[in-house]
Amino acid sequence: MGLRHLSDEALVRRLQRAAFSYLIDYADPDTGLVADTSRDGSPCSIAVVGFALSAYPVAVENGWLSRKEAADRTLKVLRFFLNSVQSAAADATGYRGFYYHFLDMRSGRRVWQCELSLIDTALLIAGVLVAAGYFDGDGEESEIRDHADALYRRVDWHWAQNGTSGLSQGWKPECGFLHYGWEGYNEATILYILGLGSPTFPLSASCFETWSLTYQWENLLDRDVLYCGPLFTHLFSHAWIDFRGIRDAFMREKDSDYFENTKSAIAIHREYGERNPYEFEGYCRDFWGVTAGDGPSVPALRQNGRDRRFFGYMSRGVPYGPDDGTISPWAMLATLPFTPEAALSGTRYLLEHYPEVCPGDRFSSGFNPTLHSAPGGWLSEGWYGLDQGLLAVSIENHRSGLIWDIMRRCRYIRAGLAHAGFTGGWL
Amino acid sequence: MQRTAPEARPDDEARFLERVRPGNWRNPRPKGLYDLAVIGAGPAGLAAAEHAARRGFSVALVERAHLGGNSLNAGSVPSKAIIRTAHAYDAMRDAGEFGAPEVEDPALDFTAAMARMRRIRTRISVYHSAHDLAALGIDLFFGEARFAGANALFVDDERLAFRKALIATGARPRIPDIPNLERTGYRTSATIFEMTALPKRLAVIGGGPLGCELAQAFCRLGAHVTIVQNNPKFLPREERDAAEILSWSMARDGMEIRLNTTATGTRRKGDTKILETLNNDVSGEIEADEILVCTGRVPNIETLDLAAAGIAADPRRGVTVDEFLRSSNPDVYAAGDACLPLKFTNAAQSSARMAVGNALLGTRQRHDNSVIPWCTFCDPEIAHIGLQVWDARRQAIPIKSYTVMLNDVDRAITDGQETGFVKIHVAEGSDRILGATIVASRASELINEMAVIMSAGIGMQALADVVHTYPAQSGAIMLAAQAYRRDTDGTVRNDPSRKPLA
Repeated sequence: MGLRHLSDEALVRRLQRAAFSYLIDYADPDTGLVADTSRDGSPCSIAVVGFALSAYPVAVENGWLSRKEAADRTLKVLRFFLNSVQSAAADATGYRGFYYHFLDMRSGRRVWQCELSLIDTALLIAGVLVAAGYFDGDGEESEIRDHADALYRRVDWHWAQNGTSGLSQGWKPECGFLHYGWEGYNEATILYILGLGSPTFPLSASCFETWSLTYQWENLLDRDVLYCGPLFTHLFSHAWIDFRGIRDAFMREKDSDYFENTKSAIAIHREYGERNPYEFEGYCRDFWGVTAGDGPSVPALRQNGRDRRFFGYMSRGVPYGPDDGTISPWAMLATLPFTPEAALSGTRYLLEHYPEVCPGDRFSSGFNPTLHSAPGGWLSEGWYGLDQGLLAVSIENHRSGLIWDIMRRCRYIRAGLAHAGFTGGWL
Repeated sequence: MQRTAPEARPDDEARFLERVRPGNWRNPRPKGLYDLAVIGAGPAGLAAAEHAARRGFSVALVERAHLGGNSLNAGSVPSKAIIRTAHAYDAMRDAGEFGAPEVEDPALDFTAAMARMRRIRTRISVYHSAHDLAALGIDLFFGEARFAGANALFVDDERLAFRKALIATGARPRIPDIPNLERTGYRTSATIFEMTALPKRLAVIGGGPLGCELAQAFCRLGAHVTIVQNNPKFLPREERDAAEILSWSMARDGMEIRLNTTATGTRRKGDTKILETLNNDVSGEIEADEILVCTGRVPNIETLDLAAAGIAADPRRGVTVDEFLRSSNPDVYAAGDACLPLKFTNAAQSSARMAVGNALLGTRQRHDNSVIPWCTFCDPEIAHIGLQVWDARRQAIPIKSYTVMLNDVDRAITDGQETGFVKIHVAEGSDRILGATIVASRASELINEMAVIMSAGIGMQALADVVHTYPAQSGAIMLAAQAYRRDTDGTVRNDPSRKPLA
């Protein structure tokens, strides 16, 4: 049956399963690493592995994988990381317990001279801790827990502060720490929580406060929001942590919490879609989802008196931009745990008017109907693992709260939240 | 009507010099004891000398080069004249949008553009000419000043005694320590307007206000501009969204942007100047006809022999002053770029008048950066006043920003100037305005409404009731106040039909 004719429940289940199946279809059988994209020659993104590790329990609970198969896959990739080369060498897999952003699918070595990535390591480690929390049996499940614990404990979060009270975004053997730091609210909450919860090399106590001093609390389009432009920044940390009712000092001051904040951000994205200030094609109350993702890389053009520039793969944001008319078709569905009505309304609108954005029941990374490079508009080729992983996990949190429940019990997460000043709710 | 292209009038430069450094000038005979000796006749020195003279004090004013300082000679005035030309060229490219003939690649008459700039500079120089200062009773000395003791200074070999003195020597471009830069040759904001032809390729080092302004202006005039900034963003003193909007605007203009990139060396290859760069671990080269260095300013204090008067100073920060602008010598004050972190003409002038009041009139005014607006004159312009959000958060002040996007403002839409926003930063729990950031084509004008509002202590409640003309871009300020009112009186709901007119 076509997607459009399914009930909400059946539609969401089918899209979730298709998203999950990416993590199986594009995994290396030997290393367990998962490809960044479905395109030929794609390396592994360690963040996608983090989502895959989080999604294996989802697959078990939904009957898509046997518990044994999920445990095998989990153990394979944990063993890989535990035994991978950790050194300052330019072609290592990681250093100081962190890992390079992109790895060769077969050898697991660094590719593209990419950075040792703090945030992507955090997303990987979040998945590692989900595995440790879910697999509570004996035998190989016991080994999963031991390996997960070892991987978490060896991450030297404190080193990543580079002697400051802040955090760099990464490190390279060729030049040391990158100049880029974390400024303003974004997806890094999970990074700080994991770093603060470490019993071995924790971030300094003031690190989270240093970051939160750069927050901007704004009234935007008549909504109060802790601002960050790209939609994914309001979703990623929430894939693992249930922020409903727990508050740090900032949110206590604002009488809100990060979950409610994501709802505000979604409302702003929706309102922005409706106002459509740059007159992009398609934008409306059910066509939104401006975020990081693939987009057209073509020369600028002049269209109806407007300069149209296209940014390729880029972190797009609302309302300050950048925005080139590209939305990420998966993004609306990924808001399901926060605003189910908006998520389903937008997803159905998309499937109705632009069915090509969901080939094989998996949403593409980017879609731009303003650029008429193909009938209907420009469409990103294939799929991106991050999109699929986030969908598989977020939908499950909406349906059963599985990942949130697992992580509520994780002592490292609880310790990290406590050190960041979170109180109340389930804490 | 017959129209002719702007051309250089031979008497422009002569008239200009006659006003700012008359060729036949003879320094006056020093009086016995001056109430005030002012060193430096830029915006701060001129404001101080005139302020004191009009109040009947005897004033000596010392200038080593030209009256008007950097602002008139090589800074605000010439750069704004050139930026205006750049705007005109940009508008010609977009003319088709308005139904006018579009000019794809308008040919630039660089000589005419520079002639216009010089003519404007000459016109503006009339307001503080050497003869006008003398007519005010100010003893104007051209020469090099240095302190001769706690209450005396030398102008060249002439000794002047003073009751009070003001150091207003300004600042000059800071030249970074880049290997081979001197030998390769470069320009600064002080020498860029001496160019006689538009360079085909211009490499700009520094993404602060001046670097961004000049880079964008020369790009729009037709130069191929590459800008190198060693920070991850332009305008490090501005908030991220403002800096990013500027970055996209410059990219749209066709500028090559190298953020997070350090200039590591220069060399020559024939007539081409090569700028060597490093971005993390990736090295690169930029070929240019001119290299423009805009990496901040350093105070002009080295030749003053400050120690002779017991005046403490820091080579980078300038003369050390207290909140009343008084130096470690109780009879010597400082103002403007020679001592302030905010190196702007308006800050120089206001601090100078304040210093005169404190020195001669017995006032105890504190210098306060919080009500000094500033602006980076790019397109869009980026203006700010008061606290930045991070300042408030560091001071544990709960703060909330009420934002109106210009693409929601009717006049900005009709003007085709929708890029930007108005943000008003408010102390939560009250309607007290702590600061504002404005990104708009004319942010330099809009921010002045915020300066008046903040100086008058008007809060968001009252501001929401101030009737503005319609349609006007300044209506965005009123809209922000109305958003505040909706937010605080509980009438907020997402109903687009409720959008007020502005």
